[in-house]
Amino acid sequence: MGIKELMDTSKLEWISSEGPDNDIIISSRVRLARNLKDVPFPHLLDSSKAKEIVKQVCDAFSTSPFLASNSSIYFMNELSPIERTMLVELHLISPDLASSKNGAVIIKPNETISIMINEEDHIRIQTVFPGLQLKQAYDLASKVDDILEENLDFAFNEKIGYLTSCPTNVGTGLRASLMMHLPLLTQTEQISRIFSTISQLGLVVRGLFGEGTQAKGNLYQISNQITLGKSEEDIIENLIGVAQQVIKNERKMRESLTGEIRLRLEDRILRSYGILTNAKMISSEEAMELISDVRLGVYMGIIKDLKPSELNQLFITTGPAYIQQKSGKELSPMERDLSRAEFIKSKLMK
Amino acid sequence: MLCDECKTNTATVHITKIVNGQKTQMHLCEECAKQKHVGFSIGFNPFGDDELGISLGKLLSGFFEKPDQSMVNKPDELKCDRCGLTFPRFSQTGKFGCSNCYEAFKGQLDPMLRRIHGKTYHVGKVPQRSGNKIRIRNEVARLKRELQEAINAEEYERAAVLRDRIKELEQSNNNE
Repeated sequence: MGIKELMDTSKLEWISSEGPDNDIIISSRVRLARNLKDVPFPHLLDSSKAKEIVKQVCDAFSTSPFLASNSSIYFMNELSPIERTMLVELHLISPDLASSKNGAVIIKPNETISIMINEEDHIRIQTVFPGLQLKQAYDLASKVDDILEENLDFAFNEKIGYLTSCPTNVGTGLRASLMMHLPLLTQTEQISRIFSTISQLGLVVRGLFGEGTQAKGNLYQISNQITLGKSEEDIIENLIGVAQQVIKNERKMRESLTGEIRLRLEDRILRSYGILTNAKMISSEEAMELISDVRLGVYMGIIKDLKPSELNQLFITTGPAYIQQKSGKELSPMERDLSRAEFIKSKLMK
Repeated sequence: MLCDECKTNTATVHITKIVNGQKTQMHLCEECAKQKHVGFSIGFNPFGDDELGISLGKLLSGFFEKPDQSMVNKPDELKCDRCGLTFPRFSQTGKFGCSNCYEAFKGQLDPMLRRIHGKTYHVGKVPQRSGNKIRIRNEVARLKRELQEAINAEEYERAAVLRDRIKELEQSNNNE
């Protein structure tokens, strides 16, 4: 499958379909870090050795009919910078893989499985599900792990578990994360209080694209920080438990709005909708903020006739790389803003 | 200074041994030190002879009642023999070079792991293929806890079932 087909987000299960608690939780993502025994980690590999790793993983991968069907491999050094950034925007690869010249990724879009090769670790298995479905995401990632392990010798130590390039991932190698849409907790500034509590529970809050990125469009990623000394099930249960508290708080806020405050919010949401459906030019930051309002409006019943999954797709597809890839050429910032406004209009008014 | 043993060569190895507060000193030449199994096997070798085959353990058991931890853990001289990463380099970058580094830096890792994760032991998934033995052992440990609970609750029928299962697993693990 070419990179063009991946742009059809309706084929990406995690963006196009709906899941439990989708009003707050956009997606559930699981990542398992695995390494091959006795082989230097990617940062110490030369490109010929790195290629060998890719080959070994591909061989192990293709023994499974389940994995091999309908999946494709992409080599980072064969993709343009725009294509790589687009894969990051679609959450199919990490920013680190995009900048790894020896990196490759196997993508199975229907189930949203990505197997990143030669990122920080030799192998990173990632699965993404819509809504709050962390257990399902883990079960699938673990299944992929089992399949690969049939043919690959993973670095595993009886005492400290799966060995990883960075000691922050050792043990389970599991990073489970939830992408949450929290417009009202952000607006009422309760978010910092909640996040400081969360950080005391061994969890960490980040922006949309993971480590070191800004929260845009009131989207946050909550993930576990501890990978050692807890079982995968406990890590996931813990995260779900915390998420349910956050969900409860955001929902309570949405439901408790009355009188003038509610009117003002409705006014803002409808204005945002007006801009998105009429503007001639729109930057990606502005688009994120407005889409956040409209998404909230849909779930609060203020805007009708729009499917929430459409808005999730918009969130993901207004990034600079996606817009440029879509138009098939490099665009100046102004051309991008024009093209983005056009694209959003076509999605919302159809 | 001449060697305490042969009294002919110059002493280049100086050893201070303290047993129950009693301090004694020994000065040896390279030859005699070799014969007495004095040496270091981690990181560096004072004799420049890789085939010496002298273990730090022998040195310590020979000269100290209690191993001196500061000598076991000379982190600055630790090096992974598989990928060549040194411990100081690891401390700088925070990245291991290969899975063998975990073995090479073993004595240094627990405080760091405790700082990051609060724990130093893995309790989660074990690889299917290579981890069968470990998995069975964990399962036996779990069943034993359950057995204890069953006994405490005086559920002897359940206890008997658990006991048989434990026996079965332990046998299969020994046969492998």
